[in-house]
Amino acid sequence: MNTPAELKYTKDHEWVKEEDGLFVIGITDYAQDALGDIVFVNLPEIDDEFDGGDAVCDVESVKAVSDVLTPVTGKVVEINEDLLDAPEMVNEDPYGAWFVKMEGEITEDLLDAAAYETHCKDN
Amino acid sequence: MELLFEKSRPGRSHGYLPACDTPVYSFDSSLLRETDAAFPALSENDISRHYSALEERTYGVNDGIYPLGSCTMKYNPKINEQCAALPGFTDIHPLQNRDTVQGCMEVMDLLKRDLCEITGMDAMTLQPAAGAHGEFTGMMLIKRYHELRGEGEIRNKVIVPDSSHGTNPATGAMNGLTVVSIPSAEDGSVDLEALKAAVGEDTAGLMLTNPNTLGIFDKNITEITRIIHEAGGLCYYDGANLNAVMGVVRPGDMGFDCIHLNLHKTFSTPHGGGGPGAGAVGCKEFLKDYLPEDISAAYPGVCFGENSIGKVRSFQGNFLVAVRALAYVLSLGREGVRKSAQTAVLNANYLKALLADTYEMANPGLCMHEFVMTMQKEHKETGASALDIAKGLLDEGIHPPTIYFPLIVHEALMAEPTETESRESLEKTADIFRRVYEKALADPEAAHHWPVSAVIGRPDEVTAARKPVLRWHSDN
Repeated sequence: MNTPAELKYTKDHEWVKEEDGLFVIGITDYAQDALGDIVFVNLPEIDDEFDGGDAVCDVESVKAVSDVLTPVTGKVVEINEDLLDAPEMVNEDPYGAWFVKMEGEITEDLLDAAAYETHCKDN
Repeated sequence: MELLFEKSRPGRSHGYLPACDTPVYSFDSSLLRETDAAFPALSENDISRHYSALEERTYGVNDGIYPLGSCTMKYNPKINEQCAALPGFTDIHPLQNRDTVQGCMEVMDLLKRDLCEITGMDAMTLQPAAGAHGEFTGMMLIKRYHELRGEGEIRNKVIVPDSSHGTNPATGAMNGLTVVSIPSAEDGSVDLEALKAAVGEDTAGLMLTNPNTLGIFDKNITEITRIIHEAGGLCYYDGANLNAVMGVVRPGDMGFDCIHLNLHKTFSTPHGGGGPGAGAVGCKEFLKDYLPEDISAAYPGVCFGENSIGKVRSFQGNFLVAVRALAYVLSLGREGVRKSAQTAVLNANYLKALLADTYEMANPGLCMHEFVMTMQKEHKETGASALDIAKGLLDEGIHPPTIYFPLIVHEALMAEPTETESRESLEKTADIFRRVYEKALADPEAAHHWPVSAVIGRPDEVTAARKPVLRWHSDN
């Protein structure tokens, strides 16, 4: 399981990275492995507003449809439209295949890499 | 296997159509197509063999056990078919004057009466065509209730547990409601604290199935429905799992206000392959006026009550399915209905007990009509997955259980044997399940390529989902 040390994580298996004042959000290696092959990604619209803990988008794998929850309360400023045509990128490179970039503030509890790895083992 | 279109040869036909004996009507030429429709041209023999070949490749409950969890694939008694084939039921038209179809109307009334008695509801409609359609209809009743009380705008949230059938949140969303998913306890039951935290003046209702998708009867059920009612919401019962409790307890007595029944599951009408199904919807007296029931005196399907949600399907729904369901209820009788639920629970527990030494159970102990196994540990350690087991069962000639559901159990295999399997059938099934498990663990790499003997091997599900081919295209 790949868990980059420079990222922060939610208990629901999203990763967050702060970049140029925005929060970049994706799902973890653990999550993509548990979901299996991703076949569809449903993204929000730019300017959509969310509260921390809301489903910001969803991913469909051969097994199930799952929500991706945002730890950020704020507004979507960028979406990764490449995922719409190539959802397999989420499986191939979970930390490169970001879903959304949001502005706002983190309102959910985040874990560092070590704590997230422990959380996954206990789960 | 070639499609009928691919087998087609120009000029070949079977000459069944009689000569036209009515005056020919000429359409305006602007309405006519310029070339003939590309219907396949085949001889009767070609067609007959094509469908026989399809029949040989299929598998149904007539071929063997079909333990698809939450689907209640029980045997469909032949007496149902005999009744549904009676000319008084088949040789009628839905627009016939009601004076001439009194017997058919009596069938529908009798069935509604019996279904109300079984579920503890006061009124019923047979219109919806299947389960999800029934859910949609039922939630429309609940929405209408709030609208007419002037709370339609405020009460816009529907609560579903995270162990629910996927159709529940979809139904809420299709009705324009916001879906609030609440976490379940370990055994799939509703977490009362989470429920209390989720309800409020925006609660339209709760959608729940009991027994839940882990096959456990929620012992807090009356407390759950009380919490919803106190918040001003209504309770919807997803009837998919009614087979475990029919004739024993009634959703109406648990506190539910509205329910759908899958006649094609619980009431032994054909299921799968297009059925067609039927999703009868029942409700308590105070919701009755909102039902999509037409109140026409003479010709059906033209007049609905002022507060009705209006028709949700043409005419009377799948009428011949209702005939089959009534045949089933009447042939079982009061005691038989109860006994069939009890036997369904007994069979599930027997199969569970036979498999408990081999498969890890999501919940140890007794279950209701279905139970969930998990391959989580094996998958982590060896790579052998629930999907591999399911495919291995195909090689052994039986239908697999539901897999990867409920979502709260990883690597889930959910089995529902139903009451119509004999003891010998259950024991044989357990042997097969155990054999497939041992084979998968002995050689997980080989298991990833199962099935090897079925007419279709392991389809590429990823490509099928990402780049679906949904229709045949002519080369021309």
